[in-house]
Amino acid sequence: MTLATLQQQAAQTWTQFARRDRRRVLIGAATCGRAAGALRVAEAFRNEFARHGLPFDSDSAEAMASTGAERVLLAEVGCLGLCYAEPLVEVQSGDGSSVLYQRVTPQLVPKLVETHLLGGHPLPHSALAVMAGEPILEIPKFEDLPMIRQQVRIILRNCGLIDPTQIDHAIARGAYSGLARALELGREAVTAEVLASGLRGRGGAGFPAGAKWAFAARSAGDEKYVICNADEGDPGAFMNRSVLEGDPHAVLEGLTIAGFAVGAHTGYIYVRAEYPLAIERLQAALEQMRAGGLSGPNILGSGFDFNIHIKKGAGAFVCGEETALIAAIEGRRGMPRPRPPFPAVSGLFGKPTTINNVETLAAVSAILQNGASWYTKFGTEKSRGTKTFSLAGKIERTGLIEVALGTSLRTIVEEIGGGVLGGKGFKAVQTGGPSGGCIPAQLLDLQVDYEHLAEAGSIMGSGGMVVMDEDSCMVDVARYFLTFTESESCGKCVPCRMGTQHLLRILTGLTEGTGTPEDLPQLQRLGHAMTKASLCGLGQTAPNPVLTTLRYFAEEYRQHIEEHRCSAGVCRELVEFWIDVEKCNGCTLCARNCPVDSISGEKKHAHLIDTSQCIRCGACRSTCNFGAVMVRPRAVDRGEKRVVANV
Amino acid sequence: MELRFDSLFSAYDRSRQNVIPLLQDIQTHYGYLPVEKLDEVAEYLRLSVHEVFGVATFYSQFRFHPPGKHCLKVCEGTACHVRGSQLILDALGRRLGIRPGQTTADGEFGLERVMCLGSCALAPAVVLDDTVHARMTQAAVERLLDGEDS
Repeated sequence: MTLATLQQQAAQTWTQFARRDRRRVLIGAATCGRAAGALRVAEAFRNEFARHGLPFDSDSAEAMASTGAERVLLAEVGCLGLCYAEPLVEVQSGDGSSVLYQRVTPQLVPKLVETHLLGGHPLPHSALAVMAGEPILEIPKFEDLPMIRQQVRIILRNCGLIDPTQIDHAIARGAYSGLARALELGREAVTAEVLASGLRGRGGAGFPAGAKWAFAARSAGDEKYVICNADEGDPGAFMNRSVLEGDPHAVLEGLTIAGFAVGAHTGYIYVRAEYPLAIERLQAALEQMRAGGLSGPNILGSGFDFNIHIKKGAGAFVCGEETALIAAIEGRRGMPRPRPPFPAVSGLFGKPTTINNVETLAAVSAILQNGASWYTKFGTEKSRGTKTFSLAGKIERTGLIEVALGTSLRTIVEEIGGGVLGGKGFKAVQTGGPSGGCIPAQLLDLQVDYEHLAEAGSIMGSGGMVVMDEDSCMVDVARYFLTFTESESCGKCVPCRMGTQHLLRILTGLTEGTGTPEDLPQLQRLGHAMTKASLCGLGQTAPNPVLTTLRYFAEEYRQHIEEHRCSAGVCRELVEFWIDVEKCNGCTLCARNCPVDSISGEKKHAHLIDTSQCIRCGACRSTCNFGAVMVRPRAVDRGEKRVVANV
Repeated sequence: MELRFDSLFSAYDRSRQNVIPLLQDIQTHYGYLPVEKLDEVAEYLRLSVHEVFGVATFYSQFRFHPPGKHCLKVCEGTACHVRGSQLILDALGRRLGIRPGQTTADGEFGLERVMCLGSCALAPAVVLDDTVHARMTQAAVERLLDGEDS
């Protein structure tokens, strides 16, 4: 089959799907949408259609092709990245306009169907944006939303807009035209194109992707492998998941192009088992590729054979490291080994192997579709193109975003993310997960690219961005990351195995009020030794969260050591809870929720916490509807605190 | 001898790279890895038992005890952590009387901590069986369990 034939068929399916003159309901049903209740909303729509006797089709290709304009189309799409507003539903009544609704509940569905879908009158109070057509009343256009306006969506080009289970949608929007072009250009020219695009590896280290391919291409031997690293293990990052769930073909096309460029005939995708929906989408997408002649023998009549296998990861953060990932695919313990030899020379099963991140490969397909000179228009001199980030933590608009490299942190946090949650004070943004660092408020104007982040002591990493506010304790954050790296250290090399244990022991002491002034230089020494001497990236970067917080938040460390005080009120051994009598109206909710009965008080009278009984679990604080439960540092002598710690 | 291997094995040839997929299938089928099955995997793949055991214990996905009827997972990713997942984990531990990694005496609930479900934007997240619950609070998880109890 030729690409032209596939494209012709795809165009028909897509035209049916994208028609503005029909009734259509699209539901964002990626993992995050589902967590927010998208599937219950979809069910509510089906029930409502049945109640109105509305004939409808869900998303199978056959139903779509045969669909008349009088039938409603109900489809599940991927993630638009506006996770804070999930579940998102796009409704069009057939009059040419289309409206995106936010935080849709099953209770809202009858009204949406009656008033908008059937009645043609949008509901401005529940609407987020106008997706197509003129602005309606006070509803802004999608591209004018503050969260969207500054974004450049290359990796996320199709996410949330297409039905990810349909290869036709992807093809109609350009998928596999990059592969077809690559097959025509020839191997060397493809590598040259990627090199010219300036694309750097998006997995963290930022090595030029084209150069990596050239190494593997030059290695001797007929049997070579390409691997897509989709083991997104950074806590606080979900970019890869969204792309795999929302546009799997972008990644599969990129992997096939990589295979062609380095001369491999077998590709692997190593995906976390924690991402079941992504795995399901990849499996379905692979079958469609085979059916369309885009995978298997003689792809698109070019004589190039390529097969892709999906490998489910079994949970080990260290497998993000190339040589550990290779060990995992080979069926061994996922432990890294010293390099050289580099995987490009001796990788999977001892053969030359190239490993690229999900996002790198999604960029590769875009670059081959549109050309290297198009790609170099985005980003900075040394950091070309765009980067996706998952915005999470204490921020108003959480979600998945994509910006040109070189965009300032301030733009990302304040404009796109809408600033700190609840108008609180911004303290830091954590980038790069457990390998990265915390960037403080005074560096908010930092340009986000590989060089500037490294200068600030952090890394680009895979793109997690977690915003911290004044209620976040930076010592606790450092301890949190070390808890993670200490448990994920594979134990092979001493600097990482022992280093993470000692860092964690010291940090835990600080958060419990038993720290001493000697701890700080000790943290520095240990950290620098680990950076220099660890075998792989995990150990080399594990001290980063400690070193950056020491650099920018030394005062907080000092408070924990000298005053046994946690001003953010997070370190539980160092705080106490109290009730503000001005705010408490005596509703008794806190007392009923207290697991240790430490709250007393009459109904309709201010309550009191017995701090000697209180275990500082925060149940009262999270249940109080009036914000009356407060936290303050408590002065403790060490003897008393020890007793509490043993409870 | 061949007859000892049940249908779970038939999808795989005897190459070493199949050890993790096989263990994953066994765990999906039994809910955990029964020790005698590890022996079978070793024999099937012609590996020593301790090699198979080494792989199984390295990866956090595998467990060696039957799970609870219902599985509660509390996400401990960064975003969930800064939004208070520890408090939720503690609340569940108190309510169920178990610690993470344990199962209640009646076998109803297992409690686990997981490192990032990738639902960071909806933090803090808790998974009950296969459903992700977003923006959890201590009170909300109590309600979740009450609904499940009835």
